Amino acid sequence: MTKLVYFAWVRERIGFSEESVELPDDIETGDDLMRWLKTRGENFEHALEYSDQIRIAVNQEHIHHSEKIGAANEIALFPPMTGG
Amino acid sequence: MALKPHISVQASDFDLQSEVDKLTQGRKDIGAVVTFTGLCRDEGGKLKALELEHYPAMAEAQLNQIAQKAAKRWPLTGLTIIHRFGKIEPGANIVLVVTASSHRRAAFEAADYLMDYLKSEAPFWKKEHLADAEDGDWVQSKQADIDDLKRW
Repeated sequence: MTKLVYFAWVRERIGFSEESVELPDDIETGDDLMRWLKTRGENFEHALEYSDQIRIAVNQEHIHHSEKIGAANEIALFPPMTGG
Repeated sequence: MALKPHISVQASDFDLQSEVDKLTQGRKDIGAVVTFTGLCRDEGGKLKALELEHYPAMAEAQLNQIAQKAAKRWPLTGLTIIHRFGKIEPGANIVLVVTASSHRRAAFEAADYLMDYLKSEAPFWKKEHLADAEDGDWVQSKQADIDDLKRW
């Protein structure tokens, strides 16, 4: 099982902040993950509509969308950061 | 000796002078201390508060990585980053960066660099609560902040 966590408006649009999922075997990259998530309901489709804006962190490290997810315990999806 | 940055992600406020004192206490090698404090502004009276959400498992680790990158680039002898989360009202502190070095240039540049990277890579998100509206809206990231990274 992989823990998925969501933040800020991605979290609000999805409607909850975390879940545990069994990722299908054919999900290799961040892009694959987002494509799959968007099939899981309107809330996901809405949250990930502009998927090039969404940032992905695997085990708390930023990755590019085309990078492999590998052995992830925790994957986070969130909008561009606005701290500071 | 390797630099050990002081990193804190906290709800509570910080005190600029006591953070500088902690960094310089008992030291005779520091010739320059630069501090940057980011505060919540009221946008001409429109803003009631900012709500800062963060990713707890990642925030401190990410700030530490940014600190290590700065320490590799400049000969820093002290470094503090404090970032607050939760509800923050206009006039209150949000973020503090303190850099210490033998000479001023390294301290100035490292503080500038740290703030640029922190804005684009540290997992924090601001939501605005307006004075005349029930529901707040998320602050959009700015192209200018992304462009700032290209300076380094």
